[in-house]
Amino acid sequence: MKARPLYLLISPFAMEATLFYILATMLVVFAILTVTAANPVRSAVYLISALLGMAGLFFLLQAEFVGAVQILVYVGGIMVLFLFVIMLVSVREVETQRRANRQWKTALVLGIVLSFELVYFVVQGADVFRIDTISQDLIIESQTLNTETVGGLLYSTYLLPFEIASVLLLVAMIAAVVLTQKQL
Amino acid sequence: MNENVFIENLLIYAVIPLIKIVVIVLVLSGAIAYLTLLERKLIAHIQVRLGPMRVGWHGLLQPIADGLKFLLKEDIVPAKADALIFTIAPAISLIPAFLVFAVVPFGPPDMLQDFLGWTLGWFPFLNLDEATTERIAQNAIASGGYVTDINIAVLFVLSVSSVGILGIILGGWASNSKYPLLGALRSTAQMVSYEVALGFAIIGVLLVAGSLSLVEIVQNQQQEQLWYIFVQPLAFVLFFICGLAETNRLPFDLPEAETELVGGFHTEYSGFRFSLFFLAEYANMIAVSAIGVVLFWGGWLRPFPSFEWLNFLNFIPGVVWFLGKVFLFLYVFIWVRGTLPRFRFDQLMQYGWKIFLPVAMANVIVTAGVILAFL
Amino acid sequence: MLASYVPIVIFILVALSLPVVGLVVGRLIRPYKPHATKLMAYECGVDPEGDARDRFSIRFYIIAILFVVFEVETIFLFPWAIIYRRLALFGFIEMLVFLGILIVGYFYVWKKGALEWV
Repeated sequence: MKARPLYLLISPFAMEATLFYILATMLVVFAILTVTAANPVRSAVYLISALLGMAGLFFLLQAEFVGAVQILVYVGGIMVLFLFVIMLVSVREVETQRRANRQWKTALVLGIVLSFELVYFVVQGADVFRIDTISQDLIIESQTLNTETVGGLLYSTYLLPFEIASVLLLVAMIAAVVLTQKQL
Repeated sequence: MNENVFIENLLIYAVIPLIKIVVIVLVLSGAIAYLTLLERKLIAHIQVRLGPMRVGWHGLLQPIADGLKFLLKEDIVPAKADALIFTIAPAISLIPAFLVFAVVPFGPPDMLQDFLGWTLGWFPFLNLDEATTERIAQNAIASGGYVTDINIAVLFVLSVSSVGILGIILGGWASNSKYPLLGALRSTAQMVSYEVALGFAIIGVLLVAGSLSLVEIVQNQQQEQLWYIFVQPLAFVLFFICGLAETNRLPFDLPEAETELVGGFHTEYSGFRFSLFFLAEYANMIAVSAIGVVLFWGGWLRPFPSFEWLNFLNFIPGVVWFLGKVFLFLYVFIWVRGTLPRFRFDQLMQYGWKIFLPVAMANVIVTAGVILAFL
Repeated sequence: MLASYVPIVIFILVALSLPVVGLVVGRLIRPYKPHATKLMAYECGVDPEGDARDRFSIRFYIIAILFVVFEVETIFLFPWAIIYRRLALFGFIEMLVFLGILIVGYFYVWKKGALEWV
């Protein structure tokens, strides 16, 4: 058999697959580190890395708007909030506490059951992922501009959820004030 | 995929951008070094002093001496610090600050077209035929005066710079010392407070521009023959003030207020790691200026594109206009530092939340209303 | 679309190499003479007292929450601003309702004094 020229390895398809595995590995490894790290701030750093890997996956799926929002809201917003909260409590105490409580056996069993369930349904529904059965609409959709598409849907079809989102944000604002009122 | 197409794509998307990136990173580092000299000189002259005079003519070699010193000085990691986070925090600050320049349009999309068509012939081993050379030179990513043009550039800039904030808070925490931690908390609280108003100010421009791509925003200004500063003056004022706050510049430099917090979040940093924070801070300053120029001051466009009698100015390339405008911005940044006193922290937070945020929101609503009336 | 992100990946790698190379080169050429006093946390020349990682004002937490809320709000505004000309009057009223609800919350927070910093 003739040796395949090296540049074929860098075909867009192979490159996408490679990038996917790099990002997915990054996501899984850092997610595990997030849970196992003893120090909460270290844990937060690992979570940041995991979230960045996740944003990378969104970009790979051509969902650039969602990817950017993922970084902006989760890494730049929620993680700042997390770090503030970590600094509000005493890190020293947390570090010396036992990391798993008595429920760990139940949690382990449940975790295994849930992962089997997940694998089962992914295998069952494998047809969904086949490229040749994707409907034509989806392909057209993916060729239009991302942000415009999101906007077009959000401000027409999904108008009600969008307005409800503002109510949720209102609740978050009021809750933050009520929770901390005694200290103010 | 055949070999020619592969080489063509490799050149367009990897090799040519890589050359541009290396040039940008090197020029940026040099520009930052000389920006510090410019700052010291200007501040000195504002205060009727001379500033650095010893190293080179009027201190012209001072930045090089400083750079060497940063490399050669002992890099102290405090005994109680979290060594891992202490090391990566400056990098978390620096990388986003530089990454913003990946989408900044320094010049028009055809800036390097002639240059590429001319230079690609120098490399006979590439075996490019005429048509391929032409195609590469015509491709906007290869020939544009920018590294890349993405549809969500504005969001990209905002999200990347929001990652930079984490470097500060992590650095302050990892030092395990009181002043850095307090400085980092203040710094973060200040930056997030002004980021909200900054976001609203930018939305004012986006309503007019109708695009998130920085290249398209400049092209729209070209088409309408109007810089957006003239339609969104209030948004620009807000953008500039929030930009000062985001970059921790006076009068918003409380995070490193020397008189109360020693050096702020980087008190415990020395040597090379300190220089990374330092680079990040000045890179952010240049980035804010560059984004301001793109959004409000017409990017690479010459002044008054609608006045035909100024057409003789067209011989000056767009990139010169762009860099000139950025320089003006930086000059004003330094000038402000030499002129204004520092705010108190409570004043600063109140201005951010109680004045700039409502004004920026009102600006968005009024702009939307006006556009509706003229639609 | 993905092709225009390839230069960004390259940029990340180049930017990453900057601190890495600097730290490695620096390690080779700079002195390293640790000393107990030198490695002590800086506290104006006096021996550090207590733990630096003390607890902080709850106000920082409120600011962070408000920031996240408003950040999400601006993100909803980005796609809206881009297609505003297409949405026209409908989009204007839609956003007035959205912002209106949040402005109510904003005034609530203001009146409750959460924006004061004393």
